[in-house]
Amino acid sequence: MGQTLYDKVFDRHTVRELDSGQSQLLIGLHLIHEVTTPQAFSMLDERGWKVLYPERTFATVDHIIPTKSQLRPFSDSLAEQMMASLEANVKKHGIRFFDVDSGRQGIVHVIGPELGLTQPGMTICCGDSHTSTHGAFGAIAFGIGTSQVRDVLATQTLPIERLEVCRIDVSGKLGPGVYAKDVILHVIEARGTKGGVGFAYEYSGDVFDAMTMDERMTVCNMSIEGGARCGYVNPDETTYEYLRGREFAPNGDAWEKATEYWESVKTDADAELGDVARFDGANIEPMVTWGITPGQSTSVGGTIPEASTFDEAERVQVTEAYEYMGLEPGRAIAGTPVDVAFIGSCTNGRLSDFETVAKLVEGRGLRVKSGVRALVVPGSQEVRKQMIDLGYAKTLEEAGFEIRDAGCSMCLAMNPDKLEGREVCASSSNRNFKGRQGSPTGRTLLMSPAMVAAAAIAGEVADARELFNPS
Amino acid sequence: MKDDKRTVMTGPAVPVRGNDIDTDRIIPARFLKSITFEGLGEHVFADDRAQLADAGKTHALDDPRFSDATILLVNKNFGCGSSREHAPQALNRWHKGIQAIVGESFSEIFFGNCLTIGIPAVAVDEVAMARLMAAAETGAEVRVDLESKTVSAGEESFPARIAEGARSQLVFGSWDTTAELLSAESEIAKTAEGVPYFHGW
Repeated sequence: MGQTLYDKVFDRHTVRELDSGQSQLLIGLHLIHEVTTPQAFSMLDERGWKVLYPERTFATVDHIIPTKSQLRPFSDSLAEQMMASLEANVKKHGIRFFDVDSGRQGIVHVIGPELGLTQPGMTICCGDSHTSTHGAFGAIAFGIGTSQVRDVLATQTLPIERLEVCRIDVSGKLGPGVYAKDVILHVIEARGTKGGVGFAYEYSGDVFDAMTMDERMTVCNMSIEGGARCGYVNPDETTYEYLRGREFAPNGDAWEKATEYWESVKTDADAELGDVARFDGANIEPMVTWGITPGQSTSVGGTIPEASTFDEAERVQVTEAYEYMGLEPGRAIAGTPVDVAFIGSCTNGRLSDFETVAKLVEGRGLRVKSGVRALVVPGSQEVRKQMIDLGYAKTLEEAGFEIRDAGCSMCLAMNPDKLEGREVCASSSNRNFKGRQGSPTGRTLLMSPAMVAAAAIAGEVADARELFNPS
Repeated sequence: MKDDKRTVMTGPAVPVRGNDIDTDRIIPARFLKSITFEGLGEHVFADDRAQLADAGKTHALDDPRFSDATILLVNKNFGCGSSREHAPQALNRWHKGIQAIVGESFSEIFFGNCLTIGIPAVAVDEVAMARLMAAAETGAEVRVDLESKTVSAGEESFPARIAEGARSQLVFGSWDTTAELLSAESEIAKTAEGVPYFHGW
């Protein structure tokens, strides 16, 4: 019986079995940012421990950084304090820091891949649940808490219980105007926010085979919203083509050695799987969330489902969602007015996301509807630079979008980009939790970047396929 | 010397009802802008509590019946979403401090974060949880026993589930893992040698 990529990489990184029955797992790449590390470094200092392998940890700043101006000191003194703390800690422990003046700063899950740090066959951790993003390269990548960050810094290992693998197979071909974001929202809608608990998701089938690395990252990023702590795609030529020539990717003779290792960790044809879920790509439509969990979504042509269509145990929460969102069951999701449009985040803040939107908008004389605040926030300084060089920034600006500096921005409420009051935001981010975008009563509708652009222009949820291709 | 063993936890319990309660709700992100975990306790469920109060209702954490609670009772997928350890840290700093969480299920990252700070998160089935919540509302103390793997209230006792590795760490007081992990420093180095990328290709 063969093995999955998950098991092969897990075995390769197992230091020993612990008395507790857990495995002590070596972490090959540790990424850190300003929010979940200060306490970890303090604990390290209190106990007099050093960072065991400082060369395997890389830092950047993303959550708290303002996107209007990255100039120091930040006007928010708490943000400034977190930044100063990170600077002091990386300096003290000799950790490489992609700071604002490095030209490589950005959202940790955007810059890791962009710099070629993220590679197949690695174990990757970060104090951030969207670390699952890096699984797109065929790595075991998962989010951890602050005490675990301490453990990785001090020991480069974690005590871990092995997950089972559930294959998410999407066959066939996606329709025009259907994107990676729609695929993952569809999978989460079908399997629920708890469907992946206890599993690593292995995404396979025609649809993932055909995806670019950016698209695979969008899918793996939201594994955690489906309950799966990590998700991955087996590496292939698309993966290798993406990595070739990147700053931290192997080159020369090392490239051969690397690809040999990467090929060796791929899931065997006869590998034993914990579960398999099958989907047909042709059945996936552009998706929009209507509730307060990423599983509460419908196709853009759909209606908000009646409470009676849910299990009894789910109905309390469904009713809570109707109330919080101010949306009644039975009504169409299309036509829901929006106040804000946000394109960015570790889910959809990569160059291809802005390229998609710029190409849809360009030459059609379309503009963001008056009264709608539309933000375009690149995931990294490099993405921003390329957006400008390739003219996407100009196109989007002329259409009424505001282009910002790199950071997490309005995905979460830790920097000045926030919803106000009960504003409704069409968002390309990953979470529609209550209060997630900074206003305790703010409302989030998750969708693909193309659908966010359509909502920005129409001033309401609209089918991007119709808006950008009027027949 | 403090005792790190977590065998039996008994105390008044507070039921916080609802599935998929995410860590943004447990501790909204604006309270994460700090370089310590101090002071988080008063902000637990800050927005949920304020919104209920505005609507003339009372969140369980603001209900005087539960103000001494040390056991938290929850439903399914509690702690989903963000990996912020600030969530269990805040619960642990609320009033007398939450010492154990009983739920129908937990998000894995949240469960791991509870474990690393010595808070057991144990699971019972839906029927048991309904009974435990009802008992808590009458003021019954809830007892979480990791030896017998049961959760009880009054005369009633229910089987509880927790991953064996985690249970063992809690019962033996070895949940603060850094020292144990570091004791294998030479094996760590050896494993690293065997991973082709670790020291550069």
